Amino acid sequence: MLIKRVQLLGRSGLGFLDNIGQAAIILYHAIVGKPDWAHGISRLTQQLYSVGVLSLIIIVLSSLFIGMVLALQGYTILVKFGAEHALGQLIALSLVRELGPVVGALLFAGRAGSALTAEIGLMKTTEQLSSMEMMGIDPLRRIIGPRFWAGQISLPLLTLIFNCVAVLGGYMVGVEWLGVDGGAFWANMQSAVDFHADVVNGIIKSVVFGSVVTWIAVYQGLDCPPTSEGIGRATTRTVVYSSLAILGLDFFLTAVMFGDT
Amino acid sequence: MVEVRDLHFSWNTHIIFDGIDIAVQRGKITAIMGPSGTGKTTLLRLIGGQLRPDSGTILVEGEDVPKLSRQELYKLRRQIGMLFQSGALFSDLSVFENVAFPLREHTSLPESMLHDLVLMKLQAVGLRGAHELMPSELSGGMARRVALARALALDPSLIMFDEPFAGQDPISMGVLVQLIRLLNDALNMTTIIVSHDVQETISIADYIYIVADARIVGSGTPEVLMKNGTAWVQQFMQGLPDGPVPFHYPAQDYSADLWGTAL
Repeated sequence: MLIKRVQLLGRSGLGFLDNIGQAAIILYHAIVGKPDWAHGISRLTQQLYSVGVLSLIIIVLSSLFIGMVLALQGYTILVKFGAEHALGQLIALSLVRELGPVVGALLFAGRAGSALTAEIGLMKTTEQLSSMEMMGIDPLRRIIGPRFWAGQISLPLLTLIFNCVAVLGGYMVGVEWLGVDGGAFWANMQSAVDFHADVVNGIIKSVVFGSVVTWIAVYQGLDCPPTSEGIGRATTRTVVYSSLAILGLDFFLTAVMFGDT
Repeated sequence: MVEVRDLHFSWNTHIIFDGIDIAVQRGKITAIMGPSGTGKTTLLRLIGGQLRPDSGTILVEGEDVPKLSRQELYKLRRQIGMLFQSGALFSDLSVFENVAFPLREHTSLPESMLHDLVLMKLQAVGLRGAHELMPSELSGGMARRVALARALALDPSLIMFDEPFAGQDPISMGVLVQLIRLLNDALNMTTIIVSHDVQETISIADYIYIVADARIVGSGTPEVLMKNGTAWVQQFMQGLPDGPVPFHYPAQDYSADLWGTAL
């Protein structure tokens, strides 16, 4: 009985290490694989469309509502201290440092990450990846590379759009609806937000999140059992693992970037 | 052209091949036959280098496939065409783009020449008129013919078919049988077919290997196998329900199962 448990533990450990190794190989090929400039740009553009442009609607709508809620909640607290003129500062700092990169990445994992896993999983199930291999074409370079880079480029851009639209939503509620002074709203925001410390750090976060989400998504697609149930489970795992990775990494990055201020 | 010597391969603890030898002659159609689940598709994957054997030699055009580096393997595969059971067409590309895919990846042909080449390949399989369709608009037989045109795109010297006749209606099956024979002879290719459709396969194969129980249980020309095979081979070739492969799955005594004790 005890030996069986030890065997099970050993098998799980080896399986875990095997997964990590395979995922690392995929990442290596995606990053280091010699880019094929003749076809690379058009493939990247295609993926930027499906990964980035198609995520735009959910990002814009979500950020608009998040900005509006943030303004409403912030105003009800700030007005008690007569500090409602600091609403712009509160909204901007919350967004560029935390909410933009984190919520944007969570939405990206749910929309683009799951779609990537399902697409690659289906290609594996229908032997499209195997047929590509048999044509002498490396699927890691042809399929995984452009998707990986598209995820890494798209998420920072989506995060910037998220931040801008959310600020606009906060302005609509704070200034247009609740009557905060527009000049104070923008002036406080401008003086409080530091481009390098706040905006750039937020973008660095989103680059890291974009890499991790895309990595998890493509690995889960490649690793899934070639069945409909396997694709379903892999898609779920992509969203769960990505969300946990985003939140865990956010704490780590925040501690490194803002921990000593 | 292809030579497999003393091949051993296992999946977890299950032995798939226990020392098999196969020789595929250049310019001939060689069939690998046997019941479902005996590792016929696995054998194609081993020849194509998608799986590595536990031991043994797999020579394709004189190159030992398991010992090739990744780059060498990808180079060798350009001389091999493979038709998967599902067709494995790229679902986001049209019929034309599917056939053009390997040409675009491996050559720098001008668009006009590529256009003509693709239409010629599609004409060879009778589907030039379908070049604008998407894979979802094709029947199963048409999808396999498009996949065949794609497999032929780079003019391979070896082409492998994985269950080309499975699930086909009689007309599609007749078309595929004829195409495989005609293309093999016209393009001077070497063909390996994996199938368990006896009649269709023996009508075009020059030589047949029958795989079962992790080994080769019979080999020879179709005529020889039909007349002089072992009991096992005879059961398979003639589709007999009982014989060396029993009708009943091994079980305990029937009466014991029904009444709890043996009578």
